[in-house]
Amino acid sequence: MDKFDKLTGVGAPLPMINIDTDMIIPKQFLKTIERTGLGKHLFDEMRFNQDGSEKEDFVLNKPAYRNAEILVAGENFGCGSSREHAPWALKDFGIRCVIATSFADIFYNNCFKNGILPIALPQEDVDKLMDDAERGANATITVDLEKQEISGPDGGTIKFDLDPFKRHCLLEGLDDIGLSLEKKDNIDTFEAKQADTKPWL
Amino acid sequence: MAKTLYDKIWDDHLVHEADDGTCLLYIDRHLIHEVTSPQAFEGLRMAGRKVRAPGKTLAVVDHNVPTTDRSKGIDDPESKLQVDTLARNAAEFGVDYFDENDERQGIVHIIGPEQGFTLPGTTIVCGDSHTSTHGAFGALAHGIGTSEVEHVLATQTLIQKKAKNMRVTVNGELPDGVGAKDIILAIIGEIGTAGGTGHVIEFAGDAIRALSVEGRMTVCNMTIEGGARAGLIAPDEKTFAYLKDTPRAPKGADWDAAVAYWETLYSDDDATFDVEITLDAANLPPTVTWGTSPEDVIPISGSVPDPAGVEDAGRKQALERSLKYMGLAPGTKITDVPIDRVFIGSCTNGRIEDLRQVAEIAKGRQVAETVNAMVVPGSGLVKAQAEAEGIDKVLTEAGFDWREPGCSMCLAMNADKLEPEERCASTSNRNFEGRQGRGGRTHLVSPSMAAAAAIAGRFIDVRELD
Repeated sequence: MDKFDKLTGVGAPLPMINIDTDMIIPKQFLKTIERTGLGKHLFDEMRFNQDGSEKEDFVLNKPAYRNAEILVAGENFGCGSSREHAPWALKDFGIRCVIATSFADIFYNNCFKNGILPIALPQEDVDKLMDDAERGANATITVDLEKQEISGPDGGTIKFDLDPFKRHCLLEGLDDIGLSLEKKDNIDTFEAKQADTKPWL
Repeated sequence: MAKTLYDKIWDDHLVHEADDGTCLLYIDRHLIHEVTSPQAFEGLRMAGRKVRAPGKTLAVVDHNVPTTDRSKGIDDPESKLQVDTLARNAAEFGVDYFDENDERQGIVHIIGPEQGFTLPGTTIVCGDSHTSTHGAFGALAHGIGTSEVEHVLATQTLIQKKAKNMRVTVNGELPDGVGAKDIILAIIGEIGTAGGTGHVIEFAGDAIRALSVEGRMTVCNMTIEGGARAGLIAPDEKTFAYLKDTPRAPKGADWDAAVAYWETLYSDDDATFDVEITLDAANLPPTVTWGTSPEDVIPISGSVPDPAGVEDAGRKQALERSLKYMGLAPGTKITDVPIDRVFIGSCTNGRIEDLRQVAEIAKGRQVAETVNAMVVPGSGLVKAQAEAEGIDKVLTEAGFDWREPGCSMCLAMNADKLEPEERCASTSNRNFEGRQGRGGRTHLVSPSMAAAAAIAGRFIDVRELD
């Protein structure tokens, strides 16, 4: 998995609540058997007209935000379907960090498996970053995972919380299957005990 | 110490706990489908890993199979590739697989219970958010992403932090014409779509106990729409009766031992919950969603809300966006809204009991001329059972389209989809923008309310149907 340590980039404002994974990547693009190539369909129905032309007023189509690496959004980001195609599409587009007041559990988890950092912050901090993001390409945001700190264009900083294990895996770019396989003896022991106590399984 | 049902199942599956509370949880049952698994199998192949417990894994194709005759294959090349890829992966890694022509094929969350693959007290995962359905059996079941699918295939475990405990108690007796779907829609309306985030929700109370196992699955299925990854209902005699003699349920002495264990699966009287919500069943109406979030619920007697009075700027904007997308004016009575389509099916409401309810309403009546109504059984076995009971005849005589099993227009990955601005009364679980087809307008309802809407050509209280 890709490491995430420090990112400085343009933040795109998406001031909507309940952005669901169907919006992030609609189902017609789930027929792929690959992890890559979904960036061109990110936010498809919000970003493109039915004839494939761009909707000018959608944030990622505006010149200032075409290379955005950070999204700033409203509460309950990533709700709905468990499709990991949502973080795949974000990452393929170039988004490595999503900042919102809250996230849906499955999406939140899926981000960490793909080197994307989701950051949950209080409303006033998100409002501040949303304002920063509204200023476009001249206002970059820096996210420092090591320090757990976000710096806005005017020099102010915001601290954020993160589960220490998730932080560690992201900083090091660790493959958690490899980590779990190191506990093979524990798994073997568990299975042997379960076979004894719950033979019907 | 007193434990909740969730605590008990969690403790019984703990393989390892690190100092920071990161846990390795054993997974007893893993369901696989064609959409969220190809990249996971590819990952195994690249790393030279095997499936650790193929016997605890079951694969089925459901999301993008056509619901028309498929004995001659699948036309759409992308869907065909995904289906063929699952077949190939299942064979290569030694996993049992129900293909599109197997009578046992169906929606992954319907076939798990049918086969007795779903059992009380087990941990169950699947790369699909509606895995919460299996919680109806007192199993800890939730959706995972594809990376986690690969993790479970390789290790039969998941890295987890324990969630909080929430209990929703529904007391009393449901009025006539009100069912499991109305209960869960009312709960989501009450707590909101993020209300259960970070929690496992246990559903309790007389009204939940009184539900059939099918109804309990409907409730647990939409737990995810309330933000909680998993829902739970303590197993009881109804649960055991449902599972007895299913193909993969324990047999003989194993069955007796299993039941003895299953009878210990309930929250202790003095167990504490982080959050408690109580609803009175007697007050619940037949419910309809008006907007593009499952929390946008109103009673059938209600009207579409007016954003004018809403103070929170984010909510107000969301409301306005929903109204525009749905093509509805504030204050419109929902019974004045005509519909174009009806979809009956999905892992929420595609079981035999759901189809019986639809048939009861449809018998001797006709689908309105302006409405196209389709019924998609949740599995091949549900379809066969319905046909054995003559339900298909009742429905086709009433003008419903009777189709082959699959996920169908719940997520519209196959050919079944809404046209832009078409309005649908749907028994599925999500009314998101574009969910049933780009520009399509979805209203979530119960099976009997969907049937009533098909006949009336508009939303109507099922109890007022002529």
